[in-house]
Amino acid sequence: MTGPDGDIEALIALMARLPGLGPRSARRAVLSMIKKRGVLMEPLASALQRVAISARECVTCGNISTRETCVICASEKRANGTLCVVEDVADLWAMERSGVFAGRYHVLGGVLSALDNVGPDDLRIPLLRGRVREEGITEVILALNATVDGQTTAHYIADELHGTGVAVTSLAQGVPIGGELDYLDDGTISAALRARRAL
Amino acid sequence: MTNRDFRARIFWLACNMEWQDQGILLSSRPHGENAAIINVFTRAHGRHAGVVRGGASRRMAPILQQGADLSLTWRARLDAHIGSFRVEPIRSRAALIMEDRLALAGLNAICALLRFALPERAPHAALFSVTEDLLQELTSSPDWPRHYVLWELALLSELGFGLDLSHCAVTGRCDDLIYVSPRTGRAVSRQGAGEWADRLLPFPSPDNIAQSLRTTGYFLEHSLAHALGAACLPAARGRLLSQLERL
Repeated sequence: MTGPDGDIEALIALMARLPGLGPRSARRAVLSMIKKRGVLMEPLASALQRVAISARECVTCGNISTRETCVICASEKRANGTLCVVEDVADLWAMERSGVFAGRYHVLGGVLSALDNVGPDDLRIPLLRGRVREEGITEVILALNATVDGQTTAHYIADELHGTGVAVTSLAQGVPIGGELDYLDDGTISAALRARRAL
Repeated sequence: MTNRDFRARIFWLACNMEWQDQGILLSSRPHGENAAIINVFTRAHGRHAGVVRGGASRRMAPILQQGADLSLTWRARLDAHIGSFRVEPIRSRAALIMEDRLALAGLNAICALLRFALPERAPHAALFSVTEDLLQELTSSPDWPRHYVLWELALLSELGFGLDLSHCAVTGRCDDLIYVSPRTGRAVSRQGAGEWADRLLPFPSPDNIAQSLRTTGYFLEHSLAHALGAACLPAARGRLLSQLERL
């Protein structure tokens, strides 16, 4: 049986390493690109090449950008005194998708983890302290995952910022929009009950 | 079940490994895109690892949080295989203490120490019971640090490094015990310490948790970690100690 050979096989193997793709879906994607060479494959190849050269971490917040300072950090409108701390760039992009937060971000690059031996010095926590001091921050919002490691990191940062005069807040935890109580785990229900509010 | 099904089931059980047990989740690590490799501390099978298919999914991720009580079914073709777990939640603990930094540090320290100290697949039923009691205290009582000290003593004892705190190693007295010998792990009374007092460790006491943890920490580090070939204890225990020192 003869399949695609040489470069095409190598491309399929590379595509199959991307999240969400396996060998079969990578093969389909590559075949689709070859069929749409002019409208899809060539623009994609040149975009990949451009991004491979220009993508870097923002020196201020850790966001991924094609410039030294990302668009959010460069915008004066976003300097409203609030700083949202997230674990990863994917979380920053998720927050931006909501379009609700108008301040700036700080990407930690991970969370404290006993399992992976990640300590405070492996994260961008010292940089966070510096930013709070220098950028006139009044509120730090800890938008970290509601996991043991995420909340351990949140408490650690809150301790680190204690005495600096900034308000430290965290995202609420509870019933997701569209969530049905019957399908929620008991931990989420108990967190939601503790965070109940008057209507 | 027909006779044929019954025979097939018997044959399958003879050729395959399967057990059911209750366990405490110590850690969960993503494996591939959807699965997770979990480490659990079970009553009858000790610390055990296995794959949970769909363990990284949105439905399973809240269940697979450290400290959770799980009903587990483990299956593998051969005993040496990592095998896979089927998991049913019994009780979630992490969600109850997310806002309590000290309890969260305690949960991290318990899970990290168990993962660090326990050999795989060796049952420690007595330690399992003590751990269950401690986790119950952790989520329900502010007095849990006292139980934590006793738990570390139980951990040392279970793994063969137990301290003898019943009577003075020098005088044999059972009262006025205020030191522990770092060499033998035996209690020493004020009278028995004599000029060696400054070289001895403080006697673990529920009135001074941080000091007690420094004593148990000495033996965890110098006896247990040394025997395991590790240079130091998990950082999570150090973070718990620094939280307690701040109180």
